[in-house]
Amino acid sequence: MEKLQLETLYYTMVLGRQFELAAKEHYMQGHISGFLHLDIGQEGLSVAAMQAFAHGDVFTTYREHVMALARGISAKSIMDELFGKATGVSGGRGGSMHLFDPSHFFYGGDAIVGGHIPNAVGCAYARKLQKADNGVMVVFGDGATNQGVFYESLNNAAAQKLPLIFLCENNEYAIGTHIGRVCPFTEMAKKAEPFMPTLSVDGMDAVAVYETVTEANDFIQKGHGPIFIEAHTCRFEGHSMSDANRYRSPQEMDICKDQDPIEKIKPLLDSQVEANLTEKAKQEVAEAVEFALKAPEPELSTLTDHIFCQGGCHHALS
Amino acid sequence: MLYREALNLAYHEAMTADESVVTLGEDVGFYGGSYRVTEKLYEQFGAHRVIDTPISEQSIVGNAVGMAIGGLRPVAEIMTANFALLAFDQIINHMAKLPYMSNGKVQLPIVVRFPQGVSKQLAAQHSESYEQMLAAVPGLIVLTASTPQAAYHGLKKAIELDDPVIFIEHELLYNKKGEVDTQARFDPFKAQIVKPGNNITLVSYLKMVDDVMTAVPEIEQQLGVSCEVIDLNSLNPIDTDTLKTSLSKTGRLVMVEEDHKTGGYGAQIVSWASEHCFYELDAPPLRIAGLDTPIPYNRTLELASIPTPDSIAQQIIQWGKQNGL
Repeated sequence: MEKLQLETLYYTMVLGRQFELAAKEHYMQGHISGFLHLDIGQEGLSVAAMQAFAHGDVFTTYREHVMALARGISAKSIMDELFGKATGVSGGRGGSMHLFDPSHFFYGGDAIVGGHIPNAVGCAYARKLQKADNGVMVVFGDGATNQGVFYESLNNAAAQKLPLIFLCENNEYAIGTHIGRVCPFTEMAKKAEPFMPTLSVDGMDAVAVYETVTEANDFIQKGHGPIFIEAHTCRFEGHSMSDANRYRSPQEMDICKDQDPIEKIKPLLDSQVEANLTEKAKQEVAEAVEFALKAPEPELSTLTDHIFCQGGCHHALS
Repeated sequence: MLYREALNLAYHEAMTADESVVTLGEDVGFYGGSYRVTEKLYEQFGAHRVIDTPISEQSIVGNAVGMAIGGLRPVAEIMTANFALLAFDQIINHMAKLPYMSNGKVQLPIVVRFPQGVSKQLAAQHSESYEQMLAAVPGLIVLTASTPQAAYHGLKKAIELDDPVIFIEHELLYNKKGEVDTQARFDPFKAQIVKPGNNITLVSYLKMVDDVMTAVPEIEQQLGVSCEVIDLNSLNPIDTDTLKTSLSKTGRLVMVEEDHKTGGYGAQIVSWASEHCFYELDAPPLRIAGLDTPIPYNRTLELASIPTPDSIAQQIIQWGKQNGL
């Protein structure tokens, strides 16, 4: 990987880490509410996957702050959204779990486990019909692979030969339930094998993820149909801020944290460059927080806006 | 023209006018549609725009959502309302909510259409009506059609709208004949006055409109009144202006629906009338609805579980006599 590309990758990972740490802090201070799912530990996977797929459409889950940042959505507009402010990327209507920005080809932030997978299939169908040169990526966890609609989606995408990357972030836990307790095997790629080629990658190694997603992107561009990537990863925090992470032993957490994706890239960079990038990321997040604290609340008069596209509920009668 | 042919014509015109209109569902393409609504579209527009899907209702609507995000205008057919239950996550959590959750950044020009209601001895898993659930969901427009004219104009309008529309048909209406004036100014959001009258407002939709019309001569003769029959057509939004004008004139409301009475859609209309037309009413409103039972297979039991022209007439005559008519 080229130096500049590596620096961008690293910067965005650190930005993601700093963003999540700030979100955690402001959740505890009461500025952020609802469910907050932190991506700490999985930043390498989130950032590298987005950067290797810069021109495609992305559908993802509620653990998406870092992916949104990597897509180029500003830290300010994401933090504002977490704070529920009018200037948030979803106008304060979505919150942490629902970051939408079609101008960055980013369609959520879906909080129904597996519910966004058929949406990605439909979008990939549209791209194929339009003969567009970009494909679609859908990101989901190991837990989502137990939903029925996941299998419907594998089947449909393969039957229609759609330009779609299925990216499974296998962090082995569906909230507090280890995948081995509810599945006959722990390799999620096995579930996709009858339908499409599969790739497996160490999700804690951002460079490896970048290379694997690039390979997958090349594959779907050729019109061969979909491909499945299983990225083995590990989250450092609980499922959400309301999860005390009691189901993992200190030893298991040590092994997990030893694989910190940021520490893995750090030695590849010049130490002064690395320090500057880290400082810059901290600054960007601090500005985002400062901005969010002062940002305006949504106007009460807008409460029912955007239920329908022309505004009020009864537009259709006019 | 038959009701199903009117729907087919609407499809045909919409797909000819706009290349981004596609349709998807089980047996909609090569087979021609379970109720022949999509007949010949496959031959005309090709497999890529008339998409045969596997039996996977959640994916049918879920894919339609993604297609709309991707710039298409999908019309999804679900074989019956009963199967639409498998797609309720996509209909409610995704189709109805993404526009709002995204602050209007995502628009979803989608039509999900399906038939519902009691046909003939199809038993409980093929006979139910679910408009009451869907009309209660913010973010969904819920249209019905009781005539070929309403079917043609309603579906065309639904496809043109940039918002998600649930378009409900009735299994027994597909072969109903009626005139279709493609040039008419038909607004599917407006309730239709099927028959004007002065003393009782009979509100209904879908197949019950026909049953009400069949019952009306006997009601009018027995009670010596004239009935105004209103077809709501749009269940959400509700054309309350037309209802209010009618109730101001007649002072009496009868709501007739096929779905189960408890929590049924008609409760919304009666509730609205109680709130907004209380002083116009000269009698307590009457609700005629299906029984609170799964639909049975046996024909006698089946017919006893839903309103029929005869039961509608008898209930209204009895109510009328108790209330000064």
